[in-house]
Amino acid sequence: MDIHTKTLAEQAELLKQKKVSSVELCQHYLDRIERLDSKFNSLITVDAERALAAAKLSDEKLAKGEGEALEGLPLIHKDIFCTDGVLTTCGSRMLDNFIAPYDATVVQRLQNQGMVMLAKANMDEFAMGSSNENSYFGNVVNPWKAGTVPGGSSGGSAAAVAARLAPVATGTDTGGSIRQPAAFCGLSGIKPTYGRVSRYGMIAFASSLDQAGPFATTAKDCAMMLQGMAGFDERDSTSSDQAVPSYTDGLDQSLEGLKIGVPAEYFADGLDASVAQAVEQAIEEFKKAGASIKPISLPNQGLCIPAYYVVAPAEASSNLSRFDGVRFGHRCDNPVDLEDLYKRSRAEGFGDEVKRRILIGAYTLSAGFYDAYYLKALQVRRLISDDFQKAFNDVDVILGPTTPTPAFAMGDKTDDPVAMYLNDLYTVSANLSGLPAMSIPCGFADGLPVGLQLVTNHFEEARLLQVAHQYQQITDWHTRAPEGLD
Amino acid sequence: MALKEQDIKDIAHLARLGVDDSALAPLAADLSTVLSLVEQMNSVNTEGVEPMAHPGNAVLRLREDTVSEPNQREKLQQAAPATEDGYFLVPRVIE
Repeated sequence: MDIHTKTLAEQAELLKQKKVSSVELCQHYLDRIERLDSKFNSLITVDAERALAAAKLSDEKLAKGEGEALEGLPLIHKDIFCTDGVLTTCGSRMLDNFIAPYDATVVQRLQNQGMVMLAKANMDEFAMGSSNENSYFGNVVNPWKAGTVPGGSSGGSAAAVAARLAPVATGTDTGGSIRQPAAFCGLSGIKPTYGRVSRYGMIAFASSLDQAGPFATTAKDCAMMLQGMAGFDERDSTSSDQAVPSYTDGLDQSLEGLKIGVPAEYFADGLDASVAQAVEQAIEEFKKAGASIKPISLPNQGLCIPAYYVVAPAEASSNLSRFDGVRFGHRCDNPVDLEDLYKRSRAEGFGDEVKRRILIGAYTLSAGFYDAYYLKALQVRRLISDDFQKAFNDVDVILGPTTPTPAFAMGDKTDDPVAMYLNDLYTVSANLSGLPAMSIPCGFADGLPVGLQLVTNHFEEARLLQVAHQYQQITDWHTRAPEGLD
Repeated sequence: MALKEQDIKDIAHLARLGVDDSALAPLAADLSTVLSLVEQMNSVNTEGVEPMAHPGNAVLRLREDTVSEPNQREKLQQAAPATEDGYFLVPRVIE
């Protein structure tokens, strides 16, 4: 059976036409996981029994001609989402025994839409990382090339979809953690507008930046997934109550008249020539499709990484204070007093990168340094956000590379935190500004996929998905899959 | 700003994070590198710029003051390292 080569949309049709059952579909992927994932280590927990039981229920509904939009379709969740009764580790020793007592809203909604969870994906610990080398559960291998990182922090989700261990997966994006691994693994991935998808039950890293979204092979599949995930949730205090439009209805509209802005700053120092070439080729394709290209400027682009590495660690140091060895998670043996319990439980439970960020955050928030670092970063954040709003006066979409380079070799950047941080050069600005952004495949460099990033104004996911879908009608980069995984 | 080993000790205590003495020097070096990266922010004048803590400048919603969650103490405490009679157990705090 080669059903894993079909898109989510195609699989949905096959299920409705009863050409395949959900049990067959899920079993096919579970067999692939069993056979292939030892090469990639993309998954932390596989729950075949639960998946097949859910698939059976979906089949009963489908047999009666019932069922929701995504009925019977399999998916993998990033292990940052709480799943009732299933291990939820966030890639950390701190939570290596944590059975979540409730479902995240994203998990609940996709389940209500009929989706079947096959497994939970590996990730950088607490979503901190750009290479998936920070997981307590081991590195994830990029299916495109052994010894190469899949990106991070949603590296397991991306590797699993790239290896066709599931048609789609969920991820989260705080500074690029969906878009960068999507780029490295040749996938389509969208980070929605801040507030579009509920953060309830999604273990918090930096609460003013975190946003969940899907990975898929096509923009159309991303649209179907986002439709199932998006919407107001009273359990998330920053959830938006704006109505959710149809993300699939407008996909077929042409790009005639679309105004695309290309920021000069995205093609400056640090951009690999092979990536630049693929992105420039994509610009030509968009012109052919009827879009007009306008050079723009985002003058404060150079300050995105500095501002992000104050805001994100500051929020993380606060969020991660809940892991104290008292109510859940890892506790050290034989604590002599409460302070010893806190300090040793946290020292044993957290990995190196998480500790670095907690310390940076605690420092920049501490008395005497707050104005110089945290307040300054919030002001710079405003300037960065204002740059985008000015640009959107003139253009509909902003286009550029997702990452400065294609996927790099494992171990290349583990000794230098700052070199690792620069992976997020083009992605963090969308998080700081709360804007929706997407990465889609636009070519290859030395056999590794290159990602194209598209950004639109707040709550314009439908346009973002339409532009990506139209590009995928005239190119075939998104149809490529790693070889040797049949 | 270059951090010293004592700075790391002080911050680690604030964060209630145990750090081995042998890790102090490498952490001081790593964090100093990160701080010099973030200090690039000083190249721009932000006088009078309104700080942006949040995208969309969300205002916290209010809701009716009613019970919204059922009592699930036992289920929620299953993940706890140590409990007794419905309480979370910690080492003795008051002698």
